Amino acid sequence: MAPQISTLRQALCTRANASRFLASPSLSRTFSCSAEEDSTPFTVDIAVPFKGHHIEPPPQVAETSPKELMSFFRDMSRMRRMEIAADQLYKSKLIRGFCHLYDGQEAVCIGMEAALTQQDNIITAYRDHCTYLGRGGTLPEVFSELMGRKDGCTLGKGGSMHFYKKENGFYGGHGIVGAQVPLGAGLAFAQKYEKVKAATFALYGDGAANQGQLFESLNIAALWDLPAVYVCENNHYGMGTAEWRAAKSPEYYKRGDYVPGLKVDGMDALAVKQAVKFAKDHAITKGPIMLEMDTYRYHGHSMSDPGSTYRTRDEISGVRQERDPIERIRKLILLKEIATVADLKNIEKEVKKEVEDAVAKAKESPQPDPSALFSNVYVKGYGSRAFGCDRKHSSAVLP
Amino acid sequence: MSRSGVWIVLSIVHDKTLSLSPSLLSLGDHPPRVESGWTTKARCFTFALLRKQAAIWHKVAWLQLAFSARSADSRRACFAIRAIGESGNSLRTPASTTHRTSKLVTNAVAVKEAAASSAATKPGHELLMFEALREGLEEEMEKDPHVCVMGEDVGHYGGSYKVTKGFAEKFGDLRVLDTPIAENSFTGMAIGAAMTGLRPVVEGMNMGFLLLAYNQISNNCGMLHYTSGGQFTIPIVIRGPGGVGRQLGAEHSQRLESYFQSVPGLQMVACSTPYNAKGLMKAAIRSENPVILYEHVLLYNLKERIPDEEYICCLEKAELVRPGKDVTILTYSRMRHHVLQAAKTLINKGYDPEIIDIISLKPFDLYTIGNSIKKTHRVLIVEECMRTGGIGASLRSSIIDNFWDYLDAPIMCLSSQDVPTPYAGTLEEATVVQPLQIVKAVEQICE
Repeated sequence: MAPQISTLRQALCTRANASRFLASPSLSRTFSCSAEEDSTPFTVDIAVPFKGHHIEPPPQVAETSPKELMSFFRDMSRMRRMEIAADQLYKSKLIRGFCHLYDGQEAVCIGMEAALTQQDNIITAYRDHCTYLGRGGTLPEVFSELMGRKDGCTLGKGGSMHFYKKENGFYGGHGIVGAQVPLGAGLAFAQKYEKVKAATFALYGDGAANQGQLFESLNIAALWDLPAVYVCENNHYGMGTAEWRAAKSPEYYKRGDYVPGLKVDGMDALAVKQAVKFAKDHAITKGPIMLEMDTYRYHGHSMSDPGSTYRTRDEISGVRQERDPIERIRKLILLKEIATVADLKNIEKEVKKEVEDAVAKAKESPQPDPSALFSNVYVKGYGSRAFGCDRKHSSAVLP
Repeated sequence: MSRSGVWIVLSIVHDKTLSLSPSLLSLGDHPPRVESGWTTKARCFTFALLRKQAAIWHKVAWLQLAFSARSADSRRACFAIRAIGESGNSLRTPASTTHRTSKLVTNAVAVKEAAASSAATKPGHELLMFEALREGLEEEMEKDPHVCVMGEDVGHYGGSYKVTKGFAEKFGDLRVLDTPIAENSFTGMAIGAAMTGLRPVVEGMNMGFLLLAYNQISNNCGMLHYTSGGQFTIPIVIRGPGGVGRQLGAEHSQRLESYFQSVPGLQMVACSTPYNAKGLMKAAIRSENPVILYEHVLLYNLKERIPDEEYICCLEKAELVRPGKDVTILTYSRMRHHVLQAAKTLINKGYDPEIIDIISLKPFDLYTIGNSIKKTHRVLIVEECMRTGGIGASLRSSIIDNFWDYLDAPIMCLSSQDVPTPYAGTLEEATVVQPLQIVKAVEQICE
């Protein structure tokens, strides 16, 4: 058992040692204040090779631009800061219940958004704060929801695990491990039914990868050629159970068997972007594909988990040093001389302020009105009236 | 003449309280059955009127007699004969004419009468319950391209109980989906599709199989509208045969209404006749809420004449099967027919039971139920659900909560025994309520 742990740890920490950004000097540019507007494209090599299963992996280069890198940096910093603020709010007992933080995995969300449009659907499990933000949610909505306030994105009814943004194609936010995956296949089915040229990305963790319904729905998706992409965010621990203790074969990208798969460095936003673009095309033209995003969460599984009983602090700090998605983008920006260290520090300050303001705003948001208890149980006016003992009074309240 | 239909009201003076079954009257092919107690004059008047209206009926097709007795002292009865359907797109369920109008009118466009010229002597057409379900489903699929059907063997095989027979050829494989045997996943897929606005009808080949999809039905189907703060609606229909059949064994004889009744956000209805099967199927498909439609294996071959015109039923309204004054019998699904059988004996013995098919298993139509209790002061519940934690148990507690003051006797509840349904015929028969027990229970309540 011991060698396996150390192998895993070694793999986690050293994988990115090879990472280097092969920037040709000609592409370096002098910094301009408008870096955030400069969309001149250039290519960057992806350090960790893609691994394909029944499929030829996409090229090891990603096209990007100063504008995109700056937005990556800003968005990921915002996500990181948001999760840290959520952690603090939880500790000051303003956020209660379950709260699963995404810090460390930001690159998956950011890279995915960079390759998708809002016609594409995303559905994920309970670690959904950042995905929601990526899909166009706002910070005050997030914090209000986390604190169970009226202005939350689901009116204080859903909580941490139930964020949705229907108009932007974000379908949640689901609390039962793996149960969101068939829903994702259903979303893809609806796209096929409505003849929409877009794909659905169903996200799940390495824990959910062992759920039966995943394979059931994958069979259906493959059978009907649905534009579904199964994305395994492999953060290596299903709660506290290391992947190799739960899965006979932790090579999740291969577990679709007859469905092609691709393993991606989930700590590299550009690699994710490239892979997601590739997967989307594949899904629309050929049917489902599985992506395995090799990533890592810094926090424990949820707030009740210190995250140190089943893994070592060294392992966490090792990943932080070697593979952190934000640091990687920071290095790239500096290497390409898109912005200076001070510029990036400024962005981080701005983001911090943004988060603090959002928290303050959310704290001012009132608690939901007691009458909200019974709204949205049924859709009113559509066969939903409870015929109480006095028919004059019709409401959604069940007797 | 109101826009929503024709109401003909006549008052009859009579000597005894009337006892009359509207459901029997509505069947059309039977002559209206009138119990003793009518004055000859009143009877003749009614029949004359019925005959006079016959010419309209072959178009109007549906006749419902609503009955309400005024105070016993006045000894007057008021009949309301309502003919629905003549006025084009004003088709509606009787009870919901006022409330639901604005919501349903967009969908509720009457189908043009294809065979108005058919000189059929009797209005409507006769069909079996599975055909009625098929007709309802087919009409909705023709009308709304968002309606699709998925389930095991619903396509090429035609559905295990032939509810979707011929659909695959007619609507194609994209709308009639033969799924692999993976209830959890295809139910989940249907819910996912419903989140985007499709209106899937999921067939559980047998109710028992839906237990494999319990997580999806509970967590996603029932709760998603709420947890998303109203962002998503799940306009899905989950239907399938349940109930104790003919020696199908424990796993295939399940009544899941007790399992699903505590899932918030779900609506549950049980059909019991071809007429309400079709109407409820259509209403369930049009509802924005997730609806579980319970069918009963032994009722699929029940025959009834139903109107040619389009109609829908109200999902939340109970059906008064037989008005009476001695005891209120609340029932649903197959037990309705057991109760009707028992009622014959009871009437011969001089009892006058009021029979209500509660139709809506969640939420209960406490208005209809309550009004009946206020009249009879005695309640018997007859169900096929399990004794412990069943629909009857919930219904009984609702009645105690709301109508305690009106009760003159303890509420009796006849349910299935708390056993896995045995295979052997005699044991199976002993598991569910039999008509004789109903008779005895009424005698006991009315003592």
